[in-house]
Amino acid sequence: MSAPTLPDGLVVVVKRDCETCQTVVPVLRQLAGAAAVTIYTQDDPDFPGEPSAIHDADLAVSWHHDIETVPTVIKVADGAEVERTVGWHRDEWERLTGVAELGPDLPAMRPGCGSKSVDPDLVDELRARHGGSVLRSRRIDVADAEDEIELMFNRGWTDGLPVIPPTEARVLAMLEGTSRAPDEIVATVPPDLVDVTVEKVAIAAVMAGCKPEYLPWVLTSVEAVCNDEFNMHGLLATTMPVGPVIVCSGPGTRKIGMNSGINALGQGNRANSTIGRALQLVVRNVGGGRPGEVDRATHGSTAKLSFCFAEDDESSPYGTLAGARGVEPGVDALTVFAGEAPHCIVDQLSRTPESLANTLAHQLQAMHHHKLILAFDAILVMGPEHARVFADAGWDRDRILFELHMRLTTPVDQLARGAGGIEEGIPTSSAGAFLAPDTSAGPTALPKFRPDGLMLAYAGGGAGLFSALIAGWVNGEMGSRPVTRAVRY
Amino acid sequence: MSTRTILDPTGERTVAERARLARPASLDGLTVGLLDISKPRGDVFLDRLEERLTEVGASVKRYRKPTFAKPAPVDLRHEIATECQVVIEALAD
Repeated sequence: MSAPTLPDGLVVVVKRDCETCQTVVPVLRQLAGAAAVTIYTQDDPDFPGEPSAIHDADLAVSWHHDIETVPTVIKVADGAEVERTVGWHRDEWERLTGVAELGPDLPAMRPGCGSKSVDPDLVDELRARHGGSVLRSRRIDVADAEDEIELMFNRGWTDGLPVIPPTEARVLAMLEGTSRAPDEIVATVPPDLVDVTVEKVAIAAVMAGCKPEYLPWVLTSVEAVCNDEFNMHGLLATTMPVGPVIVCSGPGTRKIGMNSGINALGQGNRANSTIGRALQLVVRNVGGGRPGEVDRATHGSTAKLSFCFAEDDESSPYGTLAGARGVEPGVDALTVFAGEAPHCIVDQLSRTPESLANTLAHQLQAMHHHKLILAFDAILVMGPEHARVFADAGWDRDRILFELHMRLTTPVDQLARGAGGIEEGIPTSSAGAFLAPDTSAGPTALPKFRPDGLMLAYAGGGAGLFSALIAGWVNGEMGSRPVTRAVRY
Repeated sequence: MSTRTILDPTGERTVAERARLARPASLDGLTVGLLDISKPRGDVFLDRLEERLTEVGASVKRYRKPTFAKPAPVDLRHEIATECQVVIEALAD
């Protein structure tokens, strides 16, 4: 939308709801008698009355000409602004207008008031109205008798909870959270393989309840899951109850108020709850991935609504997951992992690292099925109390993982199909060796996890000798690999 | 100020509708593709199907996805489409 042209001469923008504007009314009368003056009033069309003013009812003049303070006096020649002054300052007004002895009874200066066009309650609507049509999405008019919340349920656009209506004003406000252009392609979203723009991600972020400052995290998570490495399509289509788990770290997590402490993996924090939700709404609405259609999960999990948390990187004794995966300290980053809802591991008595490692290894071995090995990765989230047992003994991340892997190697005969009276298990040769695909023999003992298949994260409240196990889905090239990305603002 | 207009959150795709091919009256002389998606024991089911199809005069070709966890590669889909008139995809556990 093009800006309305200002008339040549002097232009003054005022509003009645400003004492300085009321103070300068005699000056406006002086100017009207001496020069070509056009006055715009932002609120009361009858202000100042004499001289008369043009009502800037939709604030188009004010918005397009960047009026931040009233009164503002602008000198215009040949349709273009020459200069301006704001508030009341006699010397400035006299110099700019060329009219002497203005407002002799007034104080020499008085600061102005905020322009109505920068009122925080109006600015989003004004941006939508006057900012030009930068948004490409189809507009859907909501009928007078229709409830927009119900409309969005009826169209299948929600995850089962109400969503915030994505009005143009809200989406434009959301886009202020990133420097990326609305029409930039972020990723190709499965299962329908639709190119998603920054704008469509912003719409999902509005619907999920995000604040604009969360948007870079949502955009980065969309990029992180929509690729062959992470394999969002497979994650969506699987019968297992998994979804994209987002593990965040860096100073930005504190700036946007993410929770890494008490109940970090639970409900109640807006950023944690809505960033993961926005990602899932992108998959649902843009990618077309819906339960019962391509999403074939047998049971599913409430973690598929949103599973996003921050690591407490300031007090972690063993750094962050992103750091372990190559991101420099202090860089905002996230790791996406194909995982289930967390499972609590209790050990309230171990005070030696060996004893606690034994507990954790037992529970890790049992993940999914104690006889199924190498097929699934895991993230172990320790809170302060379990992590302290290792930290006090001088065990760093590498040592903890080494000791766990040591305890997670099992003789093949215990893993074989039929062993222990359990038909489930791994295929073995008649000689009792692991029957890897396309081989006739293999090792006689096997680890639960691939070398990098067990990951550590650090989050949780200060009380509780517990760890949270996030069990993974089919790993590696055959399934999903975790993806770590620095957050792009 | 209208807050009664919302933006479409979907991909706004234009869906191309394609008619399904007519069901063949007989499998006699046709090539039937059997796609194993690489789930355990899928081969048991497909081996038996191959026997039955061969008995009724169909010629059978076997295919296998590299992993059940990802969509079939484009090349594999093209290969099946050009070599077969009928395809059966097997999911098993």
